[in-house]
Amino acid sequence: VENVRLLDRLSSRKAALGTLYLTATHVIFVENGSEARKETWVLHSQISSIEKQATTATGCPLLIRCKNFQVIQLVIPQERDCHDVYISLIRLARPVKYEELYCFSFNPKLDKEEREQGWKLVDLTEEYNRMGVPNNYWQISDVNRDYGVCDSYPTEVYVPKSATAHIIVGSSKFRSRRRFPALSYYCKDNNASICRSSQPLSGFSARCLEDEQMLQAIRKANPGSDFLYVVDTRPKLNAMANRAAGKGYENEDNYSNIKFQFIGIENIHVMRNSLQKMLEVCELKSPSMSDFLWGLENSGWLKHIKAIMDAGIFIAKAVAEEGVSVLVHCSDGWDRTAQVCSVASLLLDPYYRTMKGFMVLIEKDWVSFGHKFNHRYGNLDGDPKEISPVIDQFIECVWQLMEQFPCAFEFNERFLIHIQHHIYSCQFGNFLCNSQKERRELKIQERTYSLWAHLWKNRADYLNPLYRPDHSQTQGTLRPQMAPCNFLYKFWSGMYNRFEKGLHPRQSVTDYLMAVKEETQQLEEELEVLRERLTNLQKSQINDNKVKSKRQDRSKELGLSTSNNCLANTPQEYSNDLKSFPSRSPSQGDEDSALILTQDNLKSSDPDLSANSDQESGVEDLSCRSPSGGGCLPSEDSGKDSDEAVFLAV
Amino acid sequence: MLRSSQPLTGPNRKRCREDEMLLGTVLDEGERGFIVDTRSAQAAKQARMTGGGTEPKSSYPQWKRLHRPLERGRPLQESFIKLVEACNDTSINMDRWLSRLESSRWLSHVKAALSTACLAAQCMDREEASVLVHGAEGTDTTLLVTALAQLILDPSCRTLGGFQGLLEREWIEAGHPFHLRCAHSAYSHARLKQEAPLFLLFLDCVWQLSHQFPFSLEFSERLLLTLFDNAYASAYGTFLCNNEKERRVGCLCKVKESTHSLWAWLNQPGEKKKYLNPLYSHNALVIWPSVEPQSIQLWQGLFFRWIRSSQHLDEAWAEIQQLVDAN
Repeated sequence: VENVRLLDRLSSRKAALGTLYLTATHVIFVENGSEARKETWVLHSQISSIEKQATTATGCPLLIRCKNFQVIQLVIPQERDCHDVYISLIRLARPVKYEELYCFSFNPKLDKEEREQGWKLVDLTEEYNRMGVPNNYWQISDVNRDYGVCDSYPTEVYVPKSATAHIIVGSSKFRSRRRFPALSYYCKDNNASICRSSQPLSGFSARCLEDEQMLQAIRKANPGSDFLYVVDTRPKLNAMANRAAGKGYENEDNYSNIKFQFIGIENIHVMRNSLQKMLEVCELKSPSMSDFLWGLENSGWLKHIKAIMDAGIFIAKAVAEEGVSVLVHCSDGWDRTAQVCSVASLLLDPYYRTMKGFMVLIEKDWVSFGHKFNHRYGNLDGDPKEISPVIDQFIECVWQLMEQFPCAFEFNERFLIHIQHHIYSCQFGNFLCNSQKERRELKIQERTYSLWAHLWKNRADYLNPLYRPDHSQTQGTLRPQMAPCNFLYKFWSGMYNRFEKGLHPRQSVTDYLMAVKEETQQLEEELEVLRERLTNLQKSQINDNKVKSKRQDRSKELGLSTSNNCLANTPQEYSNDLKSFPSRSPSQGDEDSALILTQDNLKSSDPDLSANSDQESGVEDLSCRSPSGGGCLPSEDSGKDSDEAVFLAV
Repeated sequence: MLRSSQPLTGPNRKRCREDEMLLGTVLDEGERGFIVDTRSAQAAKQARMTGGGTEPKSSYPQWKRLHRPLERGRPLQESFIKLVEACNDTSINMDRWLSRLESSRWLSHVKAALSTACLAAQCMDREEASVLVHGAEGTDTTLLVTALAQLILDPSCRTLGGFQGLLEREWIEAGHPFHLRCAHSAYSHARLKQEAPLFLLFLDCVWQLSHQFPFSLEFSERLLLTLFDNAYASAYGTFLCNNEKERRVGCLCKVKESTHSLWAWLNQPGEKKKYLNPLYSHNALVIWPSVEPQSIQLWQGLFFRWIRSSQHLDEAWAEIQQLVDAN
């Protein structure tokens, strides 16, 4: 569709005119006539909702909201075209078959072996070995080798040595969805462990010998403690209500030596609504400080984040300080349980704060343990009540921790943002389906590519320059405060306002420091080489001059001191007097608004930052706008090359 | 950019030829200027009843008046007190914190101050017009706006030396009544009439700039905290009294003869490096901050200074310093 306008949310004045394309996998907006051929690509999988708004004199507005929080406002001149686009997008954004998803057509031009290697990058058996199991207390059980005991669990689970197959099977029958207690994290320093399961089908008075034996086995696997914590991450009321449905929670009287604890994290429906409310605040036009703060509090979002974090902290403390094992569950053991176990693991073990370790953590606690990616993130069209930002909350917990402990993580914010992006993008096969069983049935590893390999390849973009493996912050357990909370939790505008460039500091400290670090390293290496050469050349004087000029050229190439001044910015709308000022002709020296792209500033894995243009077009009033939102999304480059994309010029 | 106090128009719409001429000399034939009045249109009008007022259009035809009300005086002090109370409340839970923060209105004041300064800066930079800033007395919100606008516009104000010069010019010599304004701070129950944290509001706005433009200010947060401390209680004479006259003649002691200057101490090579921003790199451009609520953050380094440990953040800064030094 031609002559479509792409509006900028922060200022309704700067609208880009261009052509809209719909392909089998993307919506693409190509801006007319810009030298840089500015394109905005949106994957259909990212589309969360499409809203057709009332036709105005300028055309028919269409609002596309994405799961990665990008909001695209288009204005299509003809109502008929707008309707066609709307209908098409509705269909495209709601695939019914897995084969419709992008990952099955995405072609990064790797050979079969490279694809396989990519999938092997994260190996859970290796991970459990690293933890220290199997050992005297823990063994691998293959009781679920054909998914016969629990179809949402992996084929290999780790259980206490004294848990026989009979006990496991018996316990599984007493657990919701058959999700029996299994090992999530083992602390070899003190034998304490974190195990996870679903709720017991205890109702008001039902008992199961095998389930009680299972918990005993877990307790006995930790000789250092004579009791076991059982943590139910639900609010007490919800858990009690479940009893009426024949489910519920562990009765301390029936299970010997357990200490039971409710933590009180709300359910997926509450979380879905919370996010919805928060996004509404983000969509407010020119909100006051009051609107924003009230809206944010009203959504309850940060309160929920804190609840998840507090649960993780409680469990980490139990393991690290008390040396007591913990069994965690919620209702089905695949949402809150996953969040809480992974937060606790992250706090306990510095390995999970490395890039590789983090990938392993997600693979372990989310992918292998059957978190329902398809249902929660809508790979396929499904029940809207199953949709919930569960992993998003976990990812935010990690970010909040990064803000409190800036030196503790090997990776940076961009890593988290890209992972979140790809959970929804379906460009890679890691987060498809609802269980390991389904993924194997679909032969995901043979037909798609692994995100981990892709991120690993680009890991230079994801490093935290302040991380040092020998830094005190990176050692041992992280101990965040639980209270007072007023300074602990911030609004993550890098994620929820990701595409609104006007909001963020224009100058990335992370990128700058990484560049400094790299340059220092290069210079040091060079210095070493030169030192050697100098000693060798002490005999002949002729080459000294050549050496000097070489060094000068190198520092000019890197040009660190000048690159950041080019990340300029434009004033946003400070004035409410719309008609007060005369128009300003665009030709008047826009030095401070021109965005000069240098090679240093362009990150291959995050083109959306570089596609941003600060060019000012003629302004009618004093308010100047911030750069338009929406640029290329990570890894879109490969998408563009895909020769399987079918162009449907509507 | 000019600053003044309000014209004494009064209820009878008095005119003053000299004043009109003075402003007239600023503008060329056909040029226009802007007057940024830090009072609401209503408040400015009401000021006439007590002898003050605004510049009538007919007498100052080349000047366009813009009203941008900024809080000052008692309400600003209350805002400050409420914020500090909220920050100190360790029992507060996540359910209530944001609304408590909001009810102090402090961040709204920061937003308003930055917006107004940006407006003044835009008039000069984008419209290439002269600007006159004034409120009522010209000693509070006026200085807030002119000082911030200069930071936004002028890179030389962003150096350590330039910033000190800015403070000397726009706050100390301009006659901000430090003695009255920075008497007891937030914990006092005295509720003095003249007390108001304008200077702190200014420092907070500067901090917001440093947060949004981490490479553009030569000085660090530590300098801002030190200035905050010294405005209220100091071993140095820099922030004493209310204006130059008092410092020279009015005081019991002559300030310049009997006290030491804070700047002299700060600028010693040994001290100076503590106040430098390791990320600083001269930025010749105008820095336009975002005033969206998401961009304006609570200055934790000041408001939680004694409540939370800054250990991890200090370690991060030490890392940054090391990385830069190694290079």
